[in-house]
Formats: sequence, C-alpha cells, structure tokens
Amino acid sequence: MSEMKKIKNLKEFSTSADRFEGANLLCPGCAHSIIVREVLNATNDDLILSASTGCLEVCTAVYPYTSWDASWIHIGFENGSTAVAGAEAMYKALKTKGRLKQPDANPKFVSFAGDGASYDIGFQWISGCMERGHNMMHIVLDNEVYANTGGQRSSSTPIGASATTAPAGRISYGEKKNKKDMVAIMAAHGIPYSAQVAPNKWKDMVKKIQHGMAVDGPVFINAMSPCTTEWKFDPKDTMMLADLATDSLVFPLYEIIDGEKLNITYRPKNIVPVEEYLAAQGRFKHLFKDEYKHLIKEWQERVDKKWEMLQRREEAGV
Amino acid sequence: MAGKRREGEIVMAFDKMELNEVEVWDGNFAAAQALRQVQIDVVSAYPITPSTPIVEGYAKFLSDGYIEGEFMMVESEHAAMSGCVGAAAAGGRVATATSSQGLALMAEVLYQASGMRLPIVLNLVNRALASPLNVNGDHSDMYMVRDSGWIQFDAYNPQEVYDLNLIAFRVAEDHGIRLPAVVNQDGFMTSHTASNVRPLSDDDAYAFVGEFKPMNEMLDFDHPVTHGVQTEEDWHFEHKARQHNDLMTKVFPKIEEVFEEFEKLTGRKYNMVEGYMTEDAEVAIVCMGTSVETALEVARELREEGVKAGVVGIRVFRPWPFEYIIETLKGIKAVATLDRSSPNGAMGALYNECAGSLVNSDVKTVLTNYVYGLGGRDLTKAHVREIFADLKANADAGKATTALQQFIGVRGPKLEYL
Repeated sequence: MSEMKKIKNLKEFSTSADRFEGANLLCPGCAHSIIVREVLNATNDDLILSASTGCLEVCTAVYPYTSWDASWIHIGFENGSTAVAGAEAMYKALKTKGRLKQPDANPKFVSFAGDGASYDIGFQWISGCMERGHNMMHIVLDNEVYANTGGQRSSSTPIGASATTAPAGRISYGEKKNKKDMVAIMAAHGIPYSAQVAPNKWKDMVKKIQHGMAVDGPVFINAMSPCTTEWKFDPKDTMMLADLATDSLVFPLYEIIDGEKLNITYRPKNIVPVEEYLAAQGRFKHLFKDEYKHLIKEWQERVDKKWEMLQRREEAGV
Repeated sequence: MAGKRREGEIVMAFDKMELNEVEVWDGNFAAAQALRQVQIDVVSAYPITPSTPIVEGYAKFLSDGYIEGEFMMVESEHAAMSGCVGAAAAGGRVATATSSQGLALMAEVLYQASGMRLPIVLNLVNRALASPLNVNGDHSDMYMVRDSGWIQFDAYNPQEVYDLNLIAFRVAEDHGIRLPAVVNQDGFMTSHTASNVRPLSDDDAYAFVGEFKPMNEMLDFDHPVTHGVQTEEDWHFEHKARQHNDLMTKVFPKIEEVFEEFEKLTGRKYNMVEGYMTEDAEVAIVCMGTSVETALEVARELREEGVKAGVVGIRVFRPWPFEYIIETLKGIKAVATLDRSSPNGAMGALYNECAGSLVNSDVKTVLTNYVYGLGGRDLTKAHVREIFADLKANADAGKATTALQQFIGVRGPKLEYL
C-alpha cells in the first residue's frame, strides 16, 4: 500500500495536487466540485475515475475540453460504477500478466454518480459492484434531486421537498416519501467500509476517503451535496447549508465498518433545530404555511429518531 | 502440469492445451476455445440461453489454469457490456457472449462501445426476441443492432465460429479500425450441434491474433485520458460521420487482408459474400446462418435436375458489402432474399439491403423476399425447393410471378404481400 497523504491545514489541502480543474461548467456555488476536489486531493496515488451521466459529467467533459487530469470514463447514466469495475478487473488481469506500463503504481478506482444515478437507475449496477468485491469506491454526490434535468424527484428526495415531478401545489406539499437509506442498504452487502460525508467537514471527509482507499474491497460513500439551483439558496451559502445539514443532524456523519460496526464521526456541539435547515431553502418554503406546519414537527421527530438509532447502534457496537 | 504447483503458490503462468487435428466441438465450445487461445484479459458476462456455454467454457478454462485473466460474472447483460467498456478503455483484450433479450438489454451500451471505438468481441448466439418468449434461433437479435456501429460477422457452422472469432479480434483491434465486432451463430442449430472443427495450435492461434496493443488506455497513468465525452450539435455529427466513414472505407480492406492471411495459414478461404455455384446461376437464394448449408444442399440436388441454382451467404453483415453483392448477383435472373426475423411492417432487411445495392447497378434481377424460421422453426429442404420453384418461374417470366414478400413454413392461410 502506498503512503497515506499527510494534510496539515485547509489552505495546503485546497492547493495540493490538483487533478480536477476549476475550469468546468458547474453552477457557481455547486458543492459537487468541492467534494470532488476534496476526494481527489486526499490521495497522491494514480486514479481511474468515472462519472455517471449527470451534472458532474456534463459539466466536466464537453468535447474538446476536459476538466480531468486523471484517467476518466463516462458511459451512461446507470453504469459508471461498472465502468470502473471493468477497469479494475483489467488492472488485475494486466498485473497478473505483467503487462502494466507502470507496474509499481497503486491506482485507486473511484466512481462518482448523483443520487438519481445511484439510488434509482444505477442501483443494481452498484449493488453488483459491491457484491463482487471490486477494489473500488463509489461516491454518491447526493443533492437529493435530478438536478441535471431540471429538478425531478429521486428516491433520495426527502419528504416535503418540492420537486418538478412532485411539486408543492394547491393540494400537495410535494414529495410524499421518505429518503431511501442507501448507506444501510450498501452496508448490508457486508462491504468493508461505507460512510456518509459532507463537504463542510473536510477533515472527516479526508479521513474517510483515505480509510476507504486503504481498505481492500468495495467502498460506498454518500456525500451530501447542497444544490444551489434545486434547493434554492444563494450560491454563496453552500457551506452554510452544509453546516445546517450536519449540525441539525438531518445529515448525520457516520461510518459502518465491515457492514456491521457503526461509528458516529461528528457530534455537533450545538444541535440546530431542523426548522432552521428547512427555512434556509426554497424547496421547503411551502412547509411554513399553517396547514403544513405539522410536517416540520414530524421532520424533527424523524431526525431525532434516526439520531437515537445511530447512537444506540454505536453503543451496542453493531 | 497443474500438479507441479505447490499449495499457496501464486500461479503466474497458464498451461497450453494440446488439441487434436480435428476436434468435435459445438459452436459455443468453438467460441470458448477461441477466447482461450487469444488469451482474453477480461470477460464480463451474464448467462443467457443459448450462449451460456461460451462463458461457462471460459470459466472452466480459468478454473483449470488454462488461461489467465479476470472473469466478471455480473448481474445483467447491461452490466456485462458496461464492464467490457470499462475494461477495454482500461486497455486490454475483452470479450463477452449473449443472445436475444440479453442483447436487447445491452443495446444501449453497444452504441456507447462503438462510439467510444473500443475493440470488444461479442459472440452473439442468435435467438428470437420475445414476446412470445422463445429460446430458439432466429436473427431478430442480430438485426436489432445492425445500426449500432459494430462490425458483424456471420458463421454458418462451428468451424466458422472458431475461425471468425480469431479474425474478429484481428480486425477489431487494428489501430486503423478500433471498432467492436460481433460474431453471429445460429442458436442451438450451430451453438449446440457438434461437428468437426480443425483448430490451430495455441501458439499459432495466438501468433495470428497477436499481442494486444493498447491505445489511449486509461491504465497508462503517465498519459491520463478522458473517455466518453459529451458532444452536442457542435461535434456529435462529426464523430458519427467519421465512424460511418471508417466502416464504409477502412473495414473491408482490413477484413480482406485478414481473410487472405487466414487462408494462407489454414487453407480456409472466407469472402465478404460467399457465392456458391453463382457464376453461371440463373436463380439464387441469399441467406445467413445454417440456412446457407440447407439451401446449398437443395441447390446441388437441383443442379443435378438441370436447374442452374446458386446460393449466396452473407459473411459480413455490417458493414454491408454493397459491391461484393453486386458482383456476386451479376447475371442471376431471379433472386430470393430470406429473412429469419419478422420485419414487422416492412420488407426484410436482406431484401432491403440487396435492393439498395442493386437498384443503381447494372445488375437487373427479379428480387423477392421470404420470411422464414421465426423462433427456431425449421427451414426444410421442401421449403427451399418451393422457393427455387418460384424463382425459376420468375426467371422464365422475367418478372415476379408471386407476391414480393411471402411467409414460408407458417400455419394458416398463405401470407403474402405486395
């Protein structure tokens, strides 16, 4: 295994080996590019990357330009994980056969995909990659919506969010279903490592990415990615939104080792009411009407219950 | 050989196989043997009848130490081709096999593979497409992906399956071509019917195909590469146009060259279009797969009866061999194109392709279309005799004496159109 990259502070981190160019077409304030840079800057090792069809893909590889200074592949919406799995299989084959051009390289195989490409259309492909034990990492850029195509609901869209295919209206409060617990499903594959990360907690992020890259086998990472366009907040407030999400525990940060042992990796000193998180985003604006205020209460109860469950799992060591 | 290895020892080499001069293989095993001999680096596959024994055969070779490589046994055909694309872009020799519904499921990725110019070889064991569900051989899967940008070869028997696999790798992987290739064979009738096959030795087969030479490979970390970009109205057309241009202008000369080299090595000669007794023929049938041999048997009998019958087999279905078709059909008065796939509201593909080849040429012939053998229904010699009888009448009359399109071998009142 290669030596783990040492990172002292944020300034050094943000300017270290840059294999994802700032020259891309992502929206100002998009968290995708921040997360990708955090992931890529966590390692000095060679990389084989993929992106499933979505915001990240259409904004970073528009012919004749590319934002990637590392080998990168896109095939389709559902199969970015399997593209990387295929490349990993080829790496193993050529290593066995002694045909690698850089036999001493220790490449990391990482697929990026949105929540639509992961929770919905690419679900089976990711499950297959996790089950087969490829030495790869799948990272969801979870903005809880099909952002690239204009804000349709995915199975990651939370209750009460207004999406273009689940719009809030005269008789509807928008999305009616709970967000799918993708981390639990992936951990149930018995993979060595799965975790939730958020761009504002960069030290936690780096630790988890480095851990994930060091383990042998498939790794699943769910990265919260606040979407200025579809969550409807000012582009300058991306990190504030991320802080509200992690500190209200709407998006708790934890990891699951070997599909079993759960560790909470971030405990906010001051827990922020969920209401503040919701109030900061246009997609939840309608919840503050009198007839929907009970939903905000239910939101808080759901978040409390989940946090309680995570803590109990951690205490029990399961 | 395997016994020499100590327990726990990493196997860094594989054993060659001693093959007999003549082996008795079915089409599936012939394909599996070819994949072993070309030393495939990655197979990414999903089982489906009747192609399953190809990847089972490969898996067994792997388990017995007769090949080195990685076998991705994935969760669907779509993932199978996705894995092939990732592996091929990484830079190595890649193959898979499928049939029918499996091909339909991977159809999206077939277009992506060819658009990304990745030389994957796909053994397509032809089978009907549902509904109604059917596991037997017809050409509806082959036809479904005919515009997908893959080179398509057609084998009529296990020997040809073996030979065309070796040829397909040579053509597909050539740096001037870089296009994926399909090797078609009839489900069950070829895939599960054993016959004599004369294989090359392992060394000769590998030497013919040669070591894989990567190009723009993701695994060359000194030269990072971006695969599978976005192009809109500004560049998409140029990419597609270049791919079509290469198929129309570069593939035939390359196949010609590889066919010639293969003939020198084995004595077995292949042509883009196989003409049997066509030089002086008055009537001829154009078809694919095992039907070529059935038609040929009848044509030989008819020759003894004084009918100048010939048979034309399509060897390369994509790119379509326009000039070779014109050349082969020259002087034939009446020609029947046999399509083993329901055109569902049009003339059959072979009819349309032949008509399109001939319409502006000097070749004037009476061209008719027969739809036959769907879902594995037998094409009998009696059927072929009926068709030749129609053709003889057309040739004598100098015009069609029947409907231009007929269904043959189907129950109920006669189905004929136009």
